[in-house]
Amino acid sequence: MADTAETDAFVAFERVQKSYDGENLVVKDLNLSMPKGEFLTMLGPSGSGKTTCLMMLAGFETATYGEIKLDGVSINNIPPHKRGIGMVFQNYALFPHMTVAENLSFPLEVRKIGKSEREAKVKRALDMVQMGAFGGRRPAQMSGGQQQRIALARALVFEPELVLMDEPLGALDKQLRETLQFEITNLAHELGITVVYVTHDQTEALTMSDRVAVFDDGRIQQLAPPDELYEKPQNSFVAQFIGENNTLEGTVTKISGNHCEVRLDNGELIDALPVNVSAEGERTRVSIRPERVEFNKDRLQEGAHLLKAEVLEFIYMGDIFRTRLRVAGNEDFIIKTRNAPDQVRLEPGQQIEIGWLPEDCRALDAI
Amino acid sequence: MSDTSAPTETAQSGPMLAADGTPLKKSLARALRRQKLRALLLIAPLLIFVLVSFVAPIADMLFRSVENQIVSETLPRTTNALADWDADASDSPDEPVFEALFYDFFLAQERKLHTRLGTRLNYEMTGMSSLMRQSGRKVDDISDVYFDQFDDLDKNWDEAEPWAQLMGAPDWVAKMEGWEKGDRLPAFKLAPGIADLLPKTAEIYGEFAKFTINEDEKSLLKEEPWGVVHTALYQDLMAADVSSYTGPQAEMLKTADAAVVGFETVGFKDGFIEIDEDWGSREVWTTIQMYSPAYTNGYFLNAVDMQKTVDGPQMRDEDEQIYFTLFKRTMFMSLVITFSCILLGYPVAWLLANLPSRTANLLMILVLLPFWTSLLVRTSAWKVMLQQQGVINDVLVWMGLVADESRLVMINNQLGTIIAMTHILLPFMILPLYSVMQTIPPSYLRAAKSLGATNWTAFWRVYFPQSVPGIGAGSILVFILAIGYYITPEIVGGTTGTFISNRIAYHISSSLNWGLAAALGTILLGVVLLLYYVYDKIVGIDNVKLG
Repeated sequence: MADTAETDAFVAFERVQKSYDGENLVVKDLNLSMPKGEFLTMLGPSGSGKTTCLMMLAGFETATYGEIKLDGVSINNIPPHKRGIGMVFQNYALFPHMTVAENLSFPLEVRKIGKSEREAKVKRALDMVQMGAFGGRRPAQMSGGQQQRIALARALVFEPELVLMDEPLGALDKQLRETLQFEITNLAHELGITVVYVTHDQTEALTMSDRVAVFDDGRIQQLAPPDELYEKPQNSFVAQFIGENNTLEGTVTKISGNHCEVRLDNGELIDALPVNVSAEGERTRVSIRPERVEFNKDRLQEGAHLLKAEVLEFIYMGDIFRTRLRVAGNEDFIIKTRNAPDQVRLEPGQQIEIGWLPEDCRALDAI
Repeated sequence: MSDTSAPTETAQSGPMLAADGTPLKKSLARALRRQKLRALLLIAPLLIFVLVSFVAPIADMLFRSVENQIVSETLPRTTNALADWDADASDSPDEPVFEALFYDFFLAQERKLHTRLGTRLNYEMTGMSSLMRQSGRKVDDISDVYFDQFDDLDKNWDEAEPWAQLMGAPDWVAKMEGWEKGDRLPAFKLAPGIADLLPKTAEIYGEFAKFTINEDEKSLLKEEPWGVVHTALYQDLMAADVSSYTGPQAEMLKTADAAVVGFETVGFKDGFIEIDEDWGSREVWTTIQMYSPAYTNGYFLNAVDMQKTVDGPQMRDEDEQIYFTLFKRTMFMSLVITFSCILLGYPVAWLLANLPSRTANLLMILVLLPFWTSLLVRTSAWKVMLQQQGVINDVLVWMGLVADESRLVMINNQLGTIIAMTHILLPFMILPLYSVMQTIPPSYLRAAKSLGATNWTAFWRVYFPQSVPGIGAGSILVFILAIGYYITPEIVGGTTGTFISNRIAYHISSSLNWGLAAALGTILLGVVLLLYYVYDKIVGIDNVKLG
């Protein structure tokens, strides 16, 4: 499987390393391959190396080691302007001294495309982002959302097969961001372009992408489709970084196949799915999503281990209830329950017992 | 509902009212007045300083470029009499003009004003200065003719007291007699009726009395009058009948009246031509006539190589034209300097804006270093570098690029001025450029390249247009500074590399022709303002950014 992915990969990073100062690696041994038409998001905290990867792909940074391939050809030594990669920047980078139409026709002009064809393409690109009427405006006369639409159109007007987006929605307000997220994914799928999208906003990554690469410390921590990323994090960092997460620390006492028992530090025993642990006696950090925690015994499996918990806080959030518990010494244990007619509202001070399906509780690496 | 809304609508049709019923505008103005007053007080020291040290001198200088009161103030009677003279009809004016000239000139030379007039008129016609000085020394020749005859007639005509008694009012004479040294001298008052009896004498004696009291501060009872008074008395006695006069010194006056008929006379015109034959020349008189008015365009005409003639303004001869050449050279060299500054400053500013801040700061210090060094030192350093036995020539000769006997002339010419001034004005180009370039995010260049532009296209189509406001600001700064530069061209410019400002300085400090200096300065100011206006029209002053 890995072999086939690499041979017909459209974009491929092969053992890529990057260092700015010759002492620290910003990107450590990056391997990544993308098929054509994929929408891949690089997600990670700032300083994790995701933007550096994007800049290396665009050609504005050179890889210290390793190879970057586009459509099977190494592009390490090709200057940015010959790579034919569209790019959208966080600050839009629309040329302020040109009108919108001039901005869009710029990439066509430098490609020596005739005037009439240029005008047709500019018009089509503007219509594509519903900005057909704005051709004569200057960037400064438009709102942030409009500017980003134009920037998107400009990155697409010369019909690149690969488009890079560097936190394009970072400067916009929430509502506009959501609209544009939707528009961008739709456009990408309609045009069949390959997109590498960089963001530090996990919601954006989950809602837009075919696959998400979670970056930390110069490495891809996990590369998976959004649902897998959320439900099956491979390590503590990913579990922590994506979505809300409850963690409990303990030691593996029994491990067999896809089931293990973990003794928490306060002595209680729980069931878990061994993900990042391999032997008894190993330290582990187990991770449970708040919405997978169950306090209704009827819904739990026969013989499941139960934990004592004390309700500390009940927060009404409209569609859901958010309840904070003290569990095994952890006072930030959160459970989320749907606001359904038959839902129980827990009272602060109440003593309850909680449990979960063993496959929802993942025993990951201890940090 | 309708009841309550009706009055509100009528109230809104009139002026808006504040809560206390005063019109809102008035109320607002009152509220803002205190603020405005405080703001004004804050800038008052600067405002006063600027007015006193900048606006007032400039206004005074602009005024001097047209002011020409010296001629009509020194020769008031002459300029009056000369007004009707037609230079085309006769070579020199008639006797009445010379008579006026005699009185004016005598009074002027007693007050030592004739040399100043000579200097002023010499700007317009060479030889005027010496004519005035010569005539000042010899104008006595005319007056002495009458003075001697009066003196021969009665020694008292050369005494102060009889004159004072004759001309002064009795109460004034009494006050003068009681005067003691150190007191204030009483103001002179003519005797009643004397102005009708002896009009010219009264006028001239009055001038003499005013000068003696106000400027000499001496007693009129001790100071015998100037010889010119006798001339006036002769003319009066020839014209008037004094038989009815009964005042003081009536006896002496009547004796003189009887004697003057037999006096030897001298014509004023002949007298002056005797002193200096130039007084008979047409040019002298046309010059005086042309510069009689209190305001003149003569300085401005001079400043553009023209001169006033009887037939109106005309260009000077080719070999006398200097200012137009100088203006052209100043413009041209300032342009060359501005372009050199753009060429040299642009890459530096680009580096400054794009290097990491630590390196950029170091570079910035190097750019600013010249600012901390005296202008004079930098200019003198260029003298050391550029002269024929200087560092650059030595190096070139040592390297064998230039033969020892044909060392390059790089100083005391235009090249020297351009090199030195480009160096000195370079920071004024770099700083505005830098601050504009700093605001251009690097993502623009990246965006351009990602869109397929080569490095050059990205620079030329995307970066450069955005740095144009910086070029504009730097150019305007450098050009305006260059056009009025003085010290550097003075030191390294020699004769071919000097600016109009050096000529202005020459007229201010050496030739003392302040009027011409003011006219040149006014033209320079006008040219700069005009260029500024044109620049605003073409580039737009809004596009000029300093950061």
